[in-house]
Amino acid sequence: MRLLKIYMQRPELVALVVLIVFTTYFAVASNGLFLSNANVRGMFSLYPELAILALGFSLLMVAGEFDLSIGSVMGLCPIVLCAMINFGLPFWPAFILALVVGAAIGLFNSAVTLRFGIPSFITTLGTLFMARSVAVVLYSSGLATTLDTAAVPTWAFSEPLGIFRVSAIWLIALALLVWLLLEKTNFGNWIRATGGSVEAAKAMGIPTSLVKTVCFMICSTLAGLAGIIQVVRIGSPIPSMGESMELQAIAAAVIGGIALSGGVGNIVGVVIGMAIIRVIDSGMIMSRVDASWFKFAIGFLIVCAVIANHWLERRARNIKLEVAQ
Amino acid sequence: MNAPLIECTGLQKWYSGVHALKNVSLRVERGEAVGLVGDNGAGKTTLIKILSGVHQADAGKIRIDGKDVTIKNARHAMELGLETIYQYNSMVPTMTIARNVFIGREPLSWSLFGFGVMDQKKMRAESVQAIADVDLHLRSPDALVGELSGGQRQGVAIARAMHFKSKALILDEPTNHLSVKETDKVLGFVRDLKKQNVTGIFISHNMQHVFQCCDRVVAMARGEIVFDSPISKTSIDEVHGYL
Ligand SMILES: Nc1ncnc2c1ncn2[C@@H]1O[C@H](COP(=O)(O)OP(=O)(O)O)[C@@H](O)[C@H]1O
Ligand SMILES: [Mg+2]
Repeated sequence: MRLLKIYMQRPELVALVVLIVFTTYFAVASNGLFLSNANVRGMFSLYPELAILALGFSLLMVAGEFDLSIGSVMGLCPIVLCAMINFGLPFWPAFILALVVGAAIGLFNSAVTLRFGIPSFITTLGTLFMARSVAVVLYSSGLATTLDTAAVPTWAFSEPLGIFRVSAIWLIALALLVWLLLEKTNFGNWIRATGGSVEAAKAMGIPTSLVKTVCFMICSTLAGLAGIIQVVRIGSPIPSMGESMELQAIAAAVIGGIALSGGVGNIVGVVIGMAIIRVIDSGMIMSRVDASWFKFAIGFLIVCAVIANHWLERRARNIKLEVAQ
Repeated sequence: MNAPLIECTGLQKWYSGVHALKNVSLRVERGEAVGLVGDNGAGKTTLIKILSGVHQADAGKIRIDGKDVTIKNARHAMELGLETIYQYNSMVPTMTIARNVFIGREPLSWSLFGFGVMDQKKMRAESVQAIADVDLHLRSPDALVGELSGGQRQGVAIARAMHFKSKALILDEPTNHLSVKETDKVLGFVRDLKKQNVTGIFISHNMQHVFQCCDRVVAMARGEIVFDSPISKTSIDEVHGYL
């Protein structure tokens, strides 16, 4: 019983165990190829970008909202960055502006969702198509076909650091910030309250619309940042960048123990959740499993995670607190 | 200070065609426990939603401590010392007791423009103390509110209001769906408000409950106050006659 409660309150520990199991399994199944220097380096290229994407998404999910457009924003912001650099803007102002575009998309999502009382699932489905469309149009108009690599400070984003890249530092810093926000600050308490019960939060005087808007904006901004890190690493813009990555972010959040109903979740779990996904992806390739099974594995894991969370929640609820009279 | 704690005069409220409050006037003195009764749809919740800043009256005046006020929102009502507890949504079930007690009023050990780092040690210690002060003893401030029973939740909500030195506590049907034993506990909380010199407005459609814990009964029907009397000078049957 006690153990169950600990699991319920610390789903990230379960995720960690799953991560270790998969890593060990693939290390054996691939005859060590999986843990080879080259492969680990490869994993640490993509992983921080997608984990940053999942961070913002998870924060929004704790606030009780959803964002399907993050993959498209991850595609659009780097295109905006490239276009502005091609216009002659120096890198850093272009970088800030591209992030502002990301934040503005979050603001739009929030405004439409809250103003018209539409489920954010639907609002952001709309934004998913619109942002992707704008990215493709910008790209094919020839405004952003190249990234002037000479103008780009790769040291700040994608330079290799041993088996890591600089992007790992971004991830650690951002994960720490989001974790602090959620666990230690009063605003984090408001986010949890808003996601856990909007009505109760409102009754206690929490500005729930403001809380949600801030989370929407952080979510899109981080999605934009993830795309920018990726474009700097790859060295040229791709209009399909980030496509369907929202699904991996959702998967990471769910596997990491973020409740679909809002209010519950821990950032550490999400960071581990995305690691599990990357390990499975890369591990399957290294062990020569047909890559088509990747989606099956992730889907299976999501279903397991949701069932486990649900079951544990019910069990924990039955463990009534004793009242010492 | 002889002015009543709460004084409403001529409150009117329409909900797109429904005239929910018709010229309602009510005075509540300090330390009084008022029972507000009436059938479903009588306008009780509407009246207290106006007092707690959820809705604004379309006409009429509210005075708190003798001062004219327009209660703008929930936060404002709380700052004026009016705290409201609803049956369902006064607590966030997915959060711990300590975090719930301080929602929106977190003690900060470091802050900038009102945002900052919560003093969680203080939150735990003070929430334990606040809960003990209403004679409720829970094992840990880190337990989730969702794990508490309905009566315990109401106890925590009341403890929260007491901790923040509310002048008046408004409880909207706090005993709905509670067991008999838990209901007794909540009625006990209401009775004990007086000891701390806190005013109580207790809404219920159960007349027995009101007669057990209040000093005065106010009855509403069809958006109007139809009866108002000290408990000692009336009977359940008489109040029923007005509904
Ligand atoms: N948000 C609302 N929108 C429209 N009508 C409402 C709303 N809230 C209450 N009413 C109506 O106002 C009247 C009074 O309701 P209420 O104050 O909830 O009564 P009570 O709490 O005494 O049961 C009822 O006719 C109800 O249908
Ligand atoms: Mg009511």
